[in-house]
Amino acid sequence: MAAAEGVSLPTPTEEMNGAGTLMDFLDEPFPDVGTYEDFHTIDWLREKSRDTDRHRKITSKSKESIWELIKSLLDAWSGWVVMLLIGLLSGSLAGVIDLAVDWMTDLKEGVCLSAFWYSHEQCCWTSNQTTFADRDKCPQWQKWAELMTGHAEGAGAYLLNYFLYILWALLFSFLAVSLVRVFAPYACGSGIPEIKTILSGFIIRGYLGKWTLLIKTVTLVLAVSSGLSLGKEGPLVHVACCCGNLFCSLFSKYSKNEGKRREVLSAAAAAGVSVAFGAPIGGVLFSLEEVSYYFPLKTLWRSFFAALVAAFTLRSINPFGNSRLVLFYVEYHTPWYMAELVPFILLGVFGGLWGTLFIRANIAWCRRRKTTQLGKYPVLEVIIVTGITALLAYPNPYTRRSTSELISELFNDCGALESSQLCDYYNNPNMSRPVDDIPDRPAGPGVYNAMWQLTLALIFKIVITIFTFGMKIPSGLFIPSMAVGAIAGRIVGIAVEQMAYHHHDWIIFKNWCRPGADCVTPGLYAMVGAAACLGGVTRMTVSLVVIMFELTGGLEYIVPLMAAAVTSKWVADAFGKEGIYESHIQLNGYPYLDVRDEFTHRTLATDVMRPRRNDPPLAVLTQDSTTVEDVETLIKDTDYNGFPVVVSRESERLIGFVQRRDLTLAIKNARQKQDGVVSSSVVYFTEDAPQLPASNPQPLKLRRVLNLSPFTVTDHTPMETVVDIFRKLGLRQCLVTRSGRLLGIITKKDVLRHMAQMMNQDPESIMFN
Amino acid sequence: MKFLFGVEALCLACFVLLSQVSAKNSEDIRCKCICPPYRDVEGQIYKQNVSLKDCTCLHVVVPMPVDGKDVEAYCLRCECKYEERSSGTIKVTIIIYLSILGLLLLYMVYLTLLEPMLKRRLFGHSQLIQSDDDVDQQPFANAHNVLSRSHSRPNMLNKVEHAQQRWRRQVQEQRKSVFDRHVVLS
Repeated sequence: MAAAEGVSLPTPTEEMNGAGTLMDFLDEPFPDVGTYEDFHTIDWLREKSRDTDRHRKITSKSKESIWELIKSLLDAWSGWVVMLLIGLLSGSLAGVIDLAVDWMTDLKEGVCLSAFWYSHEQCCWTSNQTTFADRDKCPQWQKWAELMTGHAEGAGAYLLNYFLYILWALLFSFLAVSLVRVFAPYACGSGIPEIKTILSGFIIRGYLGKWTLLIKTVTLVLAVSSGLSLGKEGPLVHVACCCGNLFCSLFSKYSKNEGKRREVLSAAAAAGVSVAFGAPIGGVLFSLEEVSYYFPLKTLWRSFFAALVAAFTLRSINPFGNSRLVLFYVEYHTPWYMAELVPFILLGVFGGLWGTLFIRANIAWCRRRKTTQLGKYPVLEVIIVTGITALLAYPNPYTRRSTSELISELFNDCGALESSQLCDYYNNPNMSRPVDDIPDRPAGPGVYNAMWQLTLALIFKIVITIFTFGMKIPSGLFIPSMAVGAIAGRIVGIAVEQMAYHHHDWIIFKNWCRPGADCVTPGLYAMVGAAACLGGVTRMTVSLVVIMFELTGGLEYIVPLMAAAVTSKWVADAFGKEGIYESHIQLNGYPYLDVRDEFTHRTLATDVMRPRRNDPPLAVLTQDSTTVEDVETLIKDTDYNGFPVVVSRESERLIGFVQRRDLTLAIKNARQKQDGVVSSSVVYFTEDAPQLPASNPQPLKLRRVLNLSPFTVTDHTPMETVVDIFRKLGLRQCLVTRSGRLLGIITKKDVLRHMAQMMNQDPESIMFN
Repeated sequence: MKFLFGVEALCLACFVLLSQVSAKNSEDIRCKCICPPYRDVEGQIYKQNVSLKDCTCLHVVVPMPVDGKDVEAYCLRCECKYEERSSGTIKVTIIIYLSILGLLLLYMVYLTLLEPMLKRRLFGHSQLIQSDDDVDQQPFANAHNVLSRSHSRPNMLNKVEHAQQRWRRQVQEQRKSVFDRHVVLS
């Protein structure tokens, strides 16, 4: 709302806000006036002015006594207390999720005999029987086949392990989808598109509730452990926002004001990304760039605080046993060379292309799920996809393990100590360099084998993620995209490395690569590839680069990351302007007015306003000649969200605007509480009652619910300006007048439909107000 | 009800935090040295439960497989890392998670299988709103029915029952919009 401060806002009258004058104090207060219905948009201006009034009241009362002063201080500090609580709870929940995922992922393959709650790595932590060749094996941790039959090797053991792997995966995903279906249907999906919409002013009741929080946390662990191609970052943002909503309800400053609540939710989203990646600054930037709609500077500082507290809490729980927040910490600092920008830019192009392919395919599949029979069997769909994933993932060692471990291995460079297949280089036995500076070596057969397996893994992940994202379990997108990019990057990196080794006399390599020196770091290529793919799908820019270098600790590599991110965004934007989250918002028809869309058409307000030429005339109320019965009929016959109030039907000069919900509640309340109000009572919106004969029943004053300062534009206002007003002020509707006379109304839905029409999309897909 | 949830959430957070401040097991710290193959000595991994200041090659790699003058070269290629973990936190977290999961599963089994059976036995077949040949068993189907019946006594048990019925109606609405009409979260 920073832009709004430059515009001179007409101050709404006191009656609007309930902090009334003396006369209104004698009226009865209306219950629940000022709350919103489900699936409707809030009125940002009203919320802002309510908060200003509340603040002014507290400030003026604080001069009265010490107790009031203390109360005003507590009110000022309540924001920081909420941030602290959000950080603590998000960090703890993220720690619990990480530990549980670690354990349950390994449960698919085997169990720790000494203490069943240890994962594979933790079980072998204290064992003295690990050798250099089999550094992962220890006798305390046994695979299922070994436990059940006593044989560790052989075809029978392999098949039994395979079978049990699939069985565990199916069990986990079945539990996840059943829990979601029975307890909290809103806990499915990523959550970020809906949170974006909520933060722009939409109300979805129950989306950030307690049951959603509990179920999302529990089922996220199950979904990630089942081996499906999904991540936990998006759902962690949803979990953090649920925590934010939970703590908002403790303070009336936030629970009663939807605008203030959304400030807290922006900060909570930053805390969510911060614990997902261990990147506090990246989290704040992500919240600023991707998730939030209005982001005042005050929110920036508070988001940073919440993100830091969350990261600190997670660190003290210490899920990975080495004080790192995420698995991907890389330790090398080898320099990169200018000539390497060419493969980096190629990786950026790959990322952009993959992003476009993924978005189009995923949206097509989700649309299928929404409209055809496929959507009627969510549980069956989850089970089938899990079965296929487990079936195809087990044979390939790179897809069998969890995606985070795969990314971690791909990011890390090969030292002399590595024993994996990917690091099967021919070592010079006389080499005595320290581990960080191993010169380029020729690849052994293990590396070529690994390349084949990685290529198959790449194809598999590209295909299966399209079908996994959007199913009715919590599913995130960041880790699978990063995995696709990391695999592609590593393959390119190894190719360039081998080319540099075998052809070191070519002109390109002669300048920078001397034999016996460390030229190419394939791990860096994997990082750049991951950033490119993630950027291609989500279209993040600054936040992506910051998250990547906070994730890996590689500050030297900012320029390659930026090059890849920029390239992938350009390539992807050439095919379609929307990232995955905006595409899902469009698919669901949420009323989201994107700040990035530019409206450059020359239409005027008259072209968009309702009523159109053939429509029935505008439904209005007059200021003192409508009866209660007329109002009720109007409410029953139409489904408009509000009605303009004019002086009279002849002059049609605008007085104000009244919301449907407020009108309904006020009339219901008046019928119950005030005596003398019957169906033929006149409703008046003026200050003084109209002059009526004494035989008429008592008139009903509804000035309290009237907004005396609705936004108006003239009929010749260009739509460009109208869209700008809607975007910057967060309006829901805008009245169109000509020389003071009311002509029509433009609602947010009309604006969205008009924009969709201008972009040749289906205007009927906008569903909500 | 809201407040209770908030207090519960905070308790969980504090518990998980405090459980790792508790006494450190001596087995929870270690120094791990990985030494690659050197000349005719095979690769080995050495682990010892020592603190950070003793985490060097000379302290941990015992018995040293090479003689005096080669020790330095050998140790240069070894990589020693200090690692810490909290076994108490892991144990507590996994057990808490499994118990919450178990409780939810029991509640789910109760809601989907046992309760319709009990209601049918108590109120007879005619009272159920949902028809019998509905394959997809909708939990909370008879929420409206039960809600309308129990409006007489305003005691604590009834209040809980009311809250539960209200929650079930909400979940059913959510389920309709997400799973059936595909309006939200498609």
